[in-house]
Amino acid sequence: MQTALAPKPSVPRTSRVARFWRDYGWAYLFILAPVLLFLIFTLYPVLTALVMSFQKYNIMNSTWVGLDNYERLVKDETFWKSIKNTVIFTVGTVPVNILITFVLSYFIYQMKSKWQTFFKATMYLPAVASGVTISIVWLAIFDPTDSGLLNRFLGLFGLDPVIWLGQSGTALFSLILMNWLGSHGAGIILYLAAMGGIPKSLYEAADIDHASGWTQFSKITWPLLKPTTLYLLVTGVITSFQVFISVYLMTQGGPNFATTTIAYLIYETAFKFYEFGLASAQSFVLAVIIIVISVIQFKYFSSDIEY
Amino acid sequence: MKSTQKKTLLVVASILLVIWALVTVIPMYWMLVGSVQDSAMSASFKPQMIPEQLSLSPYERFFAKTDAWRWLYNSLLIAVILTVTNVFFASLAGYAFAKLKFPGSQAVFWTLLGTMMIPAQVTLIPLYILMVNVFDLGDTYTAIILPAAVSVGNIFLMKQFMSTLPTSLIHAARIDACSEFGIFWKVILPMAKPGIAVLAIFTFVASWNEFFWPFLITNSNEMRTVQVGLASFVFAESTDFGAMMAGATIGALPMIILFFSLQRYFLQGITIGAVKG
Repeated sequence: MQTALAPKPSVPRTSRVARFWRDYGWAYLFILAPVLLFLIFTLYPVLTALVMSFQKYNIMNSTWVGLDNYERLVKDETFWKSIKNTVIFTVGTVPVNILITFVLSYFIYQMKSKWQTFFKATMYLPAVASGVTISIVWLAIFDPTDSGLLNRFLGLFGLDPVIWLGQSGTALFSLILMNWLGSHGAGIILYLAAMGGIPKSLYEAADIDHASGWTQFSKITWPLLKPTTLYLLVTGVITSFQVFISVYLMTQGGPNFATTTIAYLIYETAFKFYEFGLASAQSFVLAVIIIVISVIQFKYFSSDIEY
Repeated sequence: MKSTQKKTLLVVASILLVIWALVTVIPMYWMLVGSVQDSAMSASFKPQMIPEQLSLSPYERFFAKTDAWRWLYNSLLIAVILTVTNVFFASLAGYAFAKLKFPGSQAVFWTLLGTMMIPAQVTLIPLYILMVNVFDLGDTYTAIILPAAVSVGNIFLMKQFMSTLPTSLIHAARIDACSEFGIFWKVILPMAKPGIAVLAIFTFVASWNEFFWPFLITNSNEMRTVQVGLASFVFAESTDFGAMMAGATIGALPMIILFFSLQRYFLQGITIGAVKG
């Protein structure tokens, strides 16, 4: 606090405005660029999108159509299918991934520190590759002929090749499978850091009380890791609700809309059919869903966390 | 009893971890071996897990058929500029929010942070129209760079990091009549080096890997980034798996090398801001 600490010479004639800028001007200058960028590239677009969602948008002249766009999307089967797909994808991936991440972290934590580093590094590695790279590699892994890596693997057990991405029954599952086997690296590192932060004395006390391994786990480890789990849950849900690259590159939303997610539908509505108003309405539905879910997660999960 | 339990746990854990490490690495390994075996001329792509014959012809084909060098140049240029702007502006703002008291600071900070919940899809269409129709910046570096010049997440990270720095040095510098920017530049930045290193690495990787916005805003081949170019190549050449694997490797290899050389920063950096310290 500048005013409180700098020796304050009595300067009676400086106006209040001048003093205000002398005291705080630098701080405002320091945040100027981010705030300007925020106003132009976030706030203005959000407000415009809101207006557009009530319009039949046209660059030359847009017409106000009220709730038409929202009505249209509620009646649109593809929209509901995209929500269903996104929900299935999220429910299918996020909890499973958190479980895998947790088990791996718990096991890694038992290792000597040299091995901890090795496993952390190995499992984080895929996270540095882009979504495009990962999608290309998995396109080849899912290759429907028996040259695809996954089908070759099935072949070892005498199973027939599967047309992974090309039929509605398996396409969405394939994307989920790819997500399961993908990177858990960031989550593992977060869990390990949190596990390291649990005071050893808690376990020692539990040992003296002859608490079983399970009791120690359910009464100490799991509750104290809740903030990390919550973080992974919230970020996991937010990212999986916006899954796009793998859908765009691997299935184009097909076959028969089996992998059309909300984010992909918004992209198609806007940049394939140029229905900017409708797409804006869809994007606001997505925003509301994400915000509501995040708030529920915070409420439900953080109610009994104590620090 | 306790120690045998512990031993069993260790054995089970080791086996499971080794299996999962293999599962994690196999796709990356397969990408690499797939890119150095020539099998595109045969009807099906059937690289071996242990290649019998190494060939760089998938790379030759990839570079011959695409403007990969130009894309790499674009990606590098954009990633470097974004890293510099993000580090500079996020540290500056992070410092202001963490250490300077000024009216409205909390309100501005929480407003910025609150918008992180809004999905990118919402701002995308107006942003696109703004860039292309209002500013006439479609298909330019400026359009790719400007909206990402500083991200709220990075400001948040730097605020977290800056608030751990000792305040006494700032007071000392102020008494020495150092200007506020001078304090930031000469006192804060040197102290914040570990945080800055992490921020720089993550911004660089994220910018290099960014797909959606460059994909929307560019339409000429010369303006594409590696990721956008790769995607266009996949659609154009969906049969040449060898060249696709070579391209995927080209897009990922610089980041993989970066990861191995700066592993420590990567692994420590993730926890900044995410774990309550």
